[in-house]
Amino acid sequence: MSRRSLRTSIAIAGGRAAGWLSRVTGRGEGATISGRVINAIAPDALEQLAAGQRVALVSATNGKTTTTRLLAAAVARTGEPVVSNATGANLTSGIAPILATARAPGLAVLEVDERVLPRVVDPLGAELLVLGNLSRDQLDRYGEVHAVGDLWRHTAETHPDLRVVANASDPHVVWAATPAKTTWVDLGLGWRNDAATCPNCAALLTWSADRFDCPSCGFGQPATPNRLDGDTLVLDGTRVPLRLALPGRWNLANAALAVTAATTHFGVDPHDAADAATTITTVAGRYMTVALPDGRHARVLLAKNPAGWSEVLHHLSVPPPAGRNCSVVIAVNARVADGKDPSWLWDVPYELLRGQPVAAAGERAYDVAVRLRYAEVDHIVEPDPLAAAAELPGDDVNIVASYTQFSAIYRRFG
Amino acid sequence: MSAASESAVRVGLVYPELLGTYGDRGNAVVLVQRLRWRGHAAELVEVTAGAPIPDSLDVYLFGGGEDDPQVMASAGMRSSRAAIDRGRAGGAAVLAVCAGFQLIGHSYEAADGTMIDGLGLVDAVTRAGPNRLIGELVVEPDPPLPVLTGFENHGGRTTLGPSERPLGRVLARNGRGGDTEGLVGERLIGTYMHGPVLPRNPALADHILSWVVGDLSPLDSTTEEQLRATQLHAGSARGVRKWWQERVSARG
Repeated sequence: MSRRSLRTSIAIAGGRAAGWLSRVTGRGEGATISGRVINAIAPDALEQLAAGQRVALVSATNGKTTTTRLLAAAVARTGEPVVSNATGANLTSGIAPILATARAPGLAVLEVDERVLPRVVDPLGAELLVLGNLSRDQLDRYGEVHAVGDLWRHTAETHPDLRVVANASDPHVVWAATPAKTTWVDLGLGWRNDAATCPNCAALLTWSADRFDCPSCGFGQPATPNRLDGDTLVLDGTRVPLRLALPGRWNLANAALAVTAATTHFGVDPHDAADAATTITTVAGRYMTVALPDGRHARVLLAKNPAGWSEVLHHLSVPPPAGRNCSVVIAVNARVADGKDPSWLWDVPYELLRGQPVAAAGERAYDVAVRLRYAEVDHIVEPDPLAAAAELPGDDVNIVASYTQFSAIYRRFG
Repeated sequence: MSAASESAVRVGLVYPELLGTYGDRGNAVVLVQRLRWRGHAAELVEVTAGAPIPDSLDVYLFGGGEDDPQVMASAGMRSSRAAIDRGRAGGAAVLAVCAGFQLIGHSYEAADGTMIDGLGLVDAVTRAGPNRLIGELVVEPDPPLPVLTGFENHGGRTTLGPSERPLGRVLARNGRGGDTEGLVGERLIGTYMHGPVLPRNPALADHILSWVVGDLSPLDSTTEEQLRATQLHAGSARGVRKWWQERVSARG
């Protein structure tokens, strides 16, 4: 396109070459290295590449890749061309090569890392933020949850025209999005262990069955006509059933956020948006199945932090006798991308798996094994998650994997 | 109240919403389970934030927390100071980790100069350091405790008063050594080691329990020992090798 400078065009070509090298040498998906090359050659590439695109950014601690995928599918119903980072490469280096694939003006639905979000709103000329949740994740790398909420809030304060669709049930997200023009969705209270104190005044928050409040400064859950009611999204009085192929309550929350954003901001009919969501079965390897040597299949789920693990375990815990048919491999690494401190294992209610066939796997299999021992969950120890899956009985085998364990499986079988 | 529950060991997890950032619940779970597996009655008592800390706990666990929650926890702990003192006088033990360790000292001085008052159970002060110390930690305590393994992640630097004794000598901290770690007092341990510290170091858990219930019967800890072996090797091979070489050369 003519508005791209020669420098940017060279940068994109160089980036593509680097991405191709990364793929053919088996080092990665190629998106991140490709973006690094683009950013190094042409630092203003993001501005140029985003020109002509209506940009929506999706961020959260958990669910941002899936929400991005669901939103991209929903806004495609407008008939406009859509570009989106489907592989989960969510740093500026991952975004540039995706934008470079846009052939015409259209919509860009981009997943962005929580920490990177404030830095890309201006260069991308973003018009919409979709904000899901904030919880503790990789404390050795990201630091404290409050700090991320404050970063987001600063972005909202300095961009008064920015539209936001946000989760009304997460205190950190509410604190961040309040200064913006925000459409709230009540997604229901899930994980609350990382939001004990008020983001505004640090007093203890009080939690009831359906809302949170600060008794000291008046901060609390905002009122909204939009809410998730079981597997139905209620959107300003309209009931929109969500019939997802994706499992779990957490994906209903992701879909509710995506459908609300597609409807209120991009004018998609809510039932069309929900229909688009039903077509998604796997998201960048999440929920894919892998064949085991004996002909059975194992389903692969990603869980990155206590909030995510807690959701997944509630979904996979099935009381015996039926539970004896639902096996769970817990595959945990503690590399940089996982967080180097696996102490969060002790904040996850693995006790839920008592009576089910369980394996401790991953490079930190022994951390998992000790956790399971104290939870009184019988288990085997087998570092290789697929070997572990093959050893467990039952027709419903699930591998729940931390980030780098998940990536390794996805690279091998995805 | 039945005789059994009267004699149950009460392991108190203090303010888990505020002081539970690094899996600190694990320390309470380990203490309770290691008692139960030996036939002792034990009960995990959660003291929720905002509630007074009772004097009836047998173990007081103060865990790690973020900045704002640490301020809240400090206020609650100080208002329950008399009850904690009564518990201590009655024989209760204390395990204080990270923010909890800082709060059993006199004070914590944040990077911006803000002072947070501690309980003053021990003669120690903490100041924010120039950077966060993050990584595997290997510590050699006095016998009979074995080498301890943990993961540290904190910005504070704690200085002990002249009468206080450190928990042990640092063998490896991101590959560096030569420092001391934590504090050991009368029925009291303070440390920066997460992991959490007790699942990784069952001997330390039993050491604390022995302060409360006396001699303990042996317990199979094969799984924990496998974890310890992995972490002592992977996290800090260099520091441990140095320690071992010193040991060998000291023996002559």
